[in-house]
Order: sequence, then C-alpha cells, then structure tokens
Amino acid sequence: MADWFMRMSGRARSAKLAKDRLKLVLIHDRTNLTPEILELLKVELLEVISRHVAIDTQAVKIKITHDGREQRLVADIPLLSVGQRTDQ
Amino acid sequence: MAAIVLTITSGKGGVGKTTATANLALALADMGRKVVCIDSDIGLRNLDVVMGLENRIVYDLVDVVEGRCKLKQSMIHDKRMQELYLIPAAQTRDKSAVSPQEMIKLCDELRPEFDWILIDSPAGIERGFQNAIAPADQVLVITNPDVSAVRDADRIIGLIDSQQKGPAKLVINRVNPSMVKRGEMLDVDDILDLLAVKLIGIVPEDEHVVISTNRGQPVVLESKSKAGQAFRNIAHRLNGEEVPFLSLDEKEDIFKRLFGRK
Repeated sequence: MADWFMRMSGRARSAKLAKDRLKLVLIHDRTNLTPEILELLKVELLEVISRHVAIDTQAVKIKITHDGREQRLVADIPLLSVGQRTDQ
Repeated sequence: MAAIVLTITSGKGGVGKTTATANLALALADMGRKVVCIDSDIGLRNLDVVMGLENRIVYDLVDVVEGRCKLKQSMIHDKRMQELYLIPAAQTRDKSAVSPQEMIKLCDELRPEFDWILIDSPAGIERGFQNAIAPADQVLVITNPDVSAVRDADRIIGLIDSQQKGPAKLVINRVNPSMVKRGEMLDVDDILDLLAVKLIGIVPEDEHVVISTNRGQPVVLESKSKAGQAFRNIAHRLNGEEVPFLSLDEKEDIFKRLFGRK
C-alpha cells in the first residue's frame, strides 16, 4: 500500500529522505570530514601517488563506509600497467 | 545487594528522559526490586513532578553533597511502591554544584541498599551529562524518530563509548505506527541502521502519557496503556528477561480501534 502511494505521488516519502540526510550528517558528525575536505583529500592523495606510480585518475573512488559505529576511509585506485602507460 | 547504576540520557531535550526514568523506576519497583532514582538535572528539576512527589521535597541532591542533610533524609519514599525512593535535584543552583566524583561517591553509598539506581540525566553534553554518566554501569539513550533527536543520540552514543560506559542501549520513544506505515516517519530499522546500537525498547506515541503525567501518575500504572506496557517490557528486559518487542501492526490495530482510523 505504501509502495502504491509512493508510485502514485511520484514523491519520495519523507522517512526515506530523513534517513538519507541523516546518513550524511552522521558521517560528518562522527569524523569531522565534510564533502569539501574529502574532495581535497582525494586531490592531494592522487597527487602523491601519481608521483610514484601511474594511476587511472578517472576511475578513482574514495568514500567513507561504516561497519557498525566504525568509520572507514576506503580508496579504490586503479593502477595503470606499463603497457597502458606507453599507450598514453 | 549491589545496585546497578542505570543512567538515562539523550543529548536532545524533550525526547522523554524524565518520563522514561519515572516509568522504569515504578515498573522495576513494581517487580519487587528496590529502586532509588536521582534527578541530576540541577536547576531544571522535573522528575519530582512527573512522579507526583513535588509536594514532599524537603532536601535535595545538592543538600546531600554539601552536607546539609543525611543521604536518607533526602530520599522521598514513593508510597505507591514498597521500595521506591527519589532524590530530587536542587532547583535554585546550577550543574556545577555537583561534581562527577561526588555523584560516584553518592552512588557508592546507595549501592549496598538497592537493586537499581536510576539517574535522570539533563539534556546536553556538558557538566550535567558528565555528572549523570560518571557513576553509570549501564546507559539508556532515549530518542524519538526525528532527525534532530537521532542525530543527537548518535553524538551522545559516541561520547558514552569514548568514556568506556558503552555499549549504550536505545529506547525509541513516541513512535507513531500509522506515520511509519505511510513512510512518513523513520522506522525502528532505519534508526538502528543509522545508530548501530542495541535496541531495548520501542514506545508508541500514546496520549495516556500526557494524561497520566498531568496527574502525577506515571503511565506504567495504567494497565490499558500501550506506552505503559512498552515501559514495563523494558523493565523486564533490564531485569534480564527475554521479552519480544510489540509489533507495530499490533499497535496500529489498537490505534484503529481507539480512533476509528482506517
């Protein structure tokens, strides 16, 4: 029934919005990390890593995950192989 | 006997800390346990009025700490129960009148005489909260299903953990089952997912709470009230018993019957 309402109204239910907003707010509250700082961190991190190894900067993913009340900064940084590098 | 010190806190004000403290104290006492509750909200005392004991105050928490009376003299016996006492907060002083060390000392004096010492914490994360948490063996965090209460609950849970007083147990108060069903209120699973903490109670929104508080008769004394039942269930869980959580649908059925809603 709730799903039906959701589809008919075409508007997200407010509980879902509350949860999504809280998810972001709590990450910030727990870590003091704003999206801006996270972006800055990403730029600087890539800069340092690229000095030593070639990376695919377009495919880099940096995010905060949580397991219970534990926060984790997860960076997924694909490295370019020597072959790919010479192609560039 | 060696009492368990249980602190009831929330971060945000107005979510039902004092109501929860009064009701859990009565429910535990009604189960035959010896209970004393302490109102640690100095300057904004309310546990006395919620319990209906406001006319019997002679001495308060600050009088005890500053040596103007004996501990026993400050304890008001709630005559509805055989073994239930209240130590009221001072109304004309502020939070700095008591220190965390003094709260620990006070509770240590009470421990041999009781099964449970319930401390009603003030809102906030400052001195009053530190006073309330210092002697705690267990901590209950009360929240409501709204963004600000959940956010503040998260903050307070973090502080409880960092002071080695965790893991806190969560009470979600004032759940409106029909709004949850319509997707317009955070449900229990949403809140547990966000806060990652153990649940000990779900209390439905219930007009009996307002009515019984008006009378100074905590809602656990009302056998027909759903909120009263929820508080009695929490008391049994505190006592180590397994009690299933009331299902929301069941509550909604009651709501439908009461208000004739479809």
